[in-house]
Amino acid sequence: MNSAEFLLWVRGSGLQIALWIFLFGMLIRLLEIFLLGRKKNLAELRASGTAAGLRTMISRSLPPGGNIIHRPRFTFVAGYAFHIGLFVVIFFLTPHIQVIESLTGLAWPALPTPVVDIFTVISLVAMLALLWHRLASRLLNFLSNGGDYLAWTLTFMPLLTGYMAYHHLWFPYTGLLAAHILSVELLLILFPFTKLTHTFTIFIARWYNGMMAGEKGVQS
Amino acid sequence: MNKERTLGEILRQQGVSRRGFLKFCATTASLMALPPGMVPTIARALENARRPSVIWLSFQECTGCTESLTRSHAPTIEGLIFDAISLDYHHTLQAAAGSAAEQARESAMKENFGNYLLVVDGSIPLANAGFSTIAGTSNLEILKEVAKGAAAIIAVGTCAAYGGLPHAKPNPTGAVPVSAIISDKPIVNVPGCPPIPVVISGVLTHFLTFGRLPDLDHLGRPLAFYGNNIHDRCYRRPFYERGQFAESFDDEGARKGWCLYKLGCKGPVTYNACATTKWNNGTSFPIESGHGCLGCSEPDFWDMGGFYRALSEPIGLSARTVAGGAIGGAALGAASGLLNRKKKAEALARHEKIGVDELKDGETK
Amino acid sequence: MSKTSLERGLNILREQIDSPTAAFFSSCVHCGLCAQACLFYTETCNPAYIPIRKLEPMRRLWEQEYTLTGKLKKLLGLSRPITHEELEQWQELVYNSCSLCGRCSLVCPAGLDLTYMIRKFREGMAASGHAPEGLIGATTRAVELGSPMGVTLKALEAQAKHVKADSGLDIPFDVEGAEYLVLLSSMEIINYPEYLQAVARIFHQAKKTWTISSEAFEATNSGIQIGVSDIAAELVQRVVDAAEKLRVKTVISPECGHAYTAIRWEGPNLIGRPFGFRVRHILEVLDELREQGLLQVEGVEDARMTFHDPCQLVRRGGVIEAPRNLIRMVARNFVEMKDHGKMNWCCGAGGGVSANEDAAEIRLKAFKRKKKQLERLQVDGLVTACANCRIQIEEGLEENDMDMPVIGLTEMLASHLKDEEAREGGAT
Repeated sequence: MNSAEFLLWVRGSGLQIALWIFLFGMLIRLLEIFLLGRKKNLAELRASGTAAGLRTMISRSLPPGGNIIHRPRFTFVAGYAFHIGLFVVIFFLTPHIQVIESLTGLAWPALPTPVVDIFTVISLVAMLALLWHRLASRLLNFLSNGGDYLAWTLTFMPLLTGYMAYHHLWFPYTGLLAAHILSVELLLILFPFTKLTHTFTIFIARWYNGMMAGEKGVQS
Repeated sequence: MNKERTLGEILRQQGVSRRGFLKFCATTASLMALPPGMVPTIARALENARRPSVIWLSFQECTGCTESLTRSHAPTIEGLIFDAISLDYHHTLQAAAGSAAEQARESAMKENFGNYLLVVDGSIPLANAGFSTIAGTSNLEILKEVAKGAAAIIAVGTCAAYGGLPHAKPNPTGAVPVSAIISDKPIVNVPGCPPIPVVISGVLTHFLTFGRLPDLDHLGRPLAFYGNNIHDRCYRRPFYERGQFAESFDDEGARKGWCLYKLGCKGPVTYNACATTKWNNGTSFPIESGHGCLGCSEPDFWDMGGFYRALSEPIGLSARTVAGGAIGGAALGAASGLLNRKKKAEALARHEKIGVDELKDGETK
Repeated sequence: MSKTSLERGLNILREQIDSPTAAFFSSCVHCGLCAQACLFYTETCNPAYIPIRKLEPMRRLWEQEYTLTGKLKKLLGLSRPITHEELEQWQELVYNSCSLCGRCSLVCPAGLDLTYMIRKFREGMAASGHAPEGLIGATTRAVELGSPMGVTLKALEAQAKHVKADSGLDIPFDVEGAEYLVLLSSMEIINYPEYLQAVARIFHQAKKTWTISSEAFEATNSGIQIGVSDIAAELVQRVVDAAEKLRVKTVISPECGHAYTAIRWEGPNLIGRPFGFRVRHILEVLDELREQGLLQVEGVEDARMTFHDPCQLVRRGGVIEAPRNLIRMVARNFVEMKDHGKMNWCCGAGGGVSANEDAAEIRLKAFKRKKKQLERLQVDGLVTACANCRIQIEEGLEENDMDMPVIGLTEMLASHLKDEEAREGGAT
């Protein structure tokens, strides 16, 4: 298989398989969560938890208020840099928007490529820093398992291959583009079976957390 | 024409000045990324070269490659180089026909065994030998026979190089490129649909100057001509970087000459000299005329998901199959979720009330 | 009679694991921020105390029992079953080094309510025989004697007599149709009897009717701390029965954090039906009286004071502004700790830690966090609203050679009551 055939495959059958497994797996994961059910709260509520739940879904993405956390500044800075970078790269590069548009019909204006490029570098650097931190920190080292490193690799590879493809580093573009798409497909395939599910489930988790706290009158 | 005459003599006879000849040598050297110091070497080698014997085999092709090489707008030096070789066999161009033509080929092969160049355009059908024959002989047989005595093979055009259009899905003739059949001869691929004329003359010049084929890339193409990416060399690249794209062929962006990526330009995956060498005596290249690159010098360019589809877009994805995953996941997820609920209900049913006596009287205590 | 057993513990966990639990476990990215929010980690730097890790056996059970991938992993031998030995090891993490303070739940960027899950995990731990001896003892006393500390009605009646002698006020027992039913914690009856007198005086001034039930005066609920809902429900039911029998409008939870969440938030869910009466913390009631102008105080403290928020009251209970409104009535130099309100740091003894002898050492280590807060603030006195916090803080201060009065907020307000009838004028 030459690189053109490889590219053809990853854009066609490869993507099809990856999306199939991704949707298949994620729906299982989500339904398993929702169908477990929970008991209704019978206590006299201070407020409806709905607004608080919705707020927490968003608020936990925002920087914590000044006095909340002083120490893990590194985790916050690198964490934000990586996630914001990833978000910009995924959703604001023209070729990516083209993919989304062709699949869903939705489109929006892209950012200039050099800007996206800068965010890619920010993300890559932040991810390397986070990896180093995970390995070097006694706390995180203790907490980490193979799944953490697998998820890191699955996320890092698309960024790296994308960056290499854009800059035509070391290999011809065709092969790099194919490798880039393949790395995204690997990400999609393993997504439902790793901690990457947090992309979706944190909103459910935050909803429950915020709602349960909100019913008690605490904005969490 | 007398085969004993050198290339230099022929060119002078045709009215090419010394100055013009050196200019050609310099241009060729620069195109092939050779140092300027090589120009006299090229000139000397070309001047003294004997006209090489060339056998040109046309298989499943459209004659576009030949047209491109011979029908230049005005006579060019590369055209003259082309004239100057001893083209001993070429369907379209030779005067001889029928058995006389085949005899010409056989005698050229015999006379120059081991030294002649074999140029192939078109792909070779393997599904059925009868799909493409010349004088009753299949393409496969002729290729194998002629290749035996060839010093090197130049696969001209994407069909000969990578299978090209006949190879496109569903490939009814089982078309394959030359390289799929011949493995014991040096092959240089000069893909393009058609290839740029100067690339042919460049390869010939290299062969005549150095006695060997030029350096090739991973797809068997001369690096000197196919080393550059169209997208990298495209004058519209700044629009890509700025995110300015033509959305249709008649919108404001198209009129302003913005990037054609969204209209399916294959520049980013295409390696060719179009953006620098250009066509029609350096007039322009497709993107300059307002149409995206088709990627014609790349394998399978016909099957790259449609000419007007952006390069990153998925190909042939059916909503049905993807929805299949969703429906399958939903069904299995629902089944699993319901089983979990049942398990939880059973656990609740099994629940035995715990009092302080149990706490005081634990299994491990 | 059946014993506790591993299978029983696992069965209870199967009952306990719900949608929120599944969503929480699906969302952890091992970022470690929960550790930075946990005083048992920050004061020891022992990675074993990372909050999410305290839930590992329960996480595995969820994965093995309630996810297809987990079932597959278990089938392929890629995931270990939960054993007695493992739970034995986890006892220290689930009981000794977690006060259910809920700070991690508020900090987790993924939104995991870890405290909610530890509470559930304790159900499995207790049912499998891995509850600490101290908590088993307290729970046994609570069920059998009516108080985790073994405080009997007689002891309470003796305290009531002291109040009568001190203030001339009667402590009303079993008064049908009273507006308020006052609950007490054993710790208050034994260590801080001033509370009872303060309540009596405040209600006397406000001209409110109230009563104590001789059948259910204990507010604390060991069943929740140890993690046995069956027992917790039984203890809640006693209060509900008393409140319904006496037809009170409001049940008042005393200055005790977990007693409040136990009756206010867990109560109706434990007995499986909504209450027909209100449940309020004493500070909420006092704040209501303040709003109605029924809490008349005089004299203002000049000392630099701060307030220690009991976790179960603020973060897990939602009583955030009431104490501040009340302190400001009587304290001029009220200052807040850097982390206060819903972000406060636990005293280190909540969630059953104080009743658990095994946790005695770590409990005082964890107190270092509060110590640092107080040192930074340089205050003359500390006000709080939980007897359990108060005992821990007093002990911690003594341990660390710090001298600082610790006072209950209700008591402080009572000492400023504009009450001509009171024998000792409270104003300073």
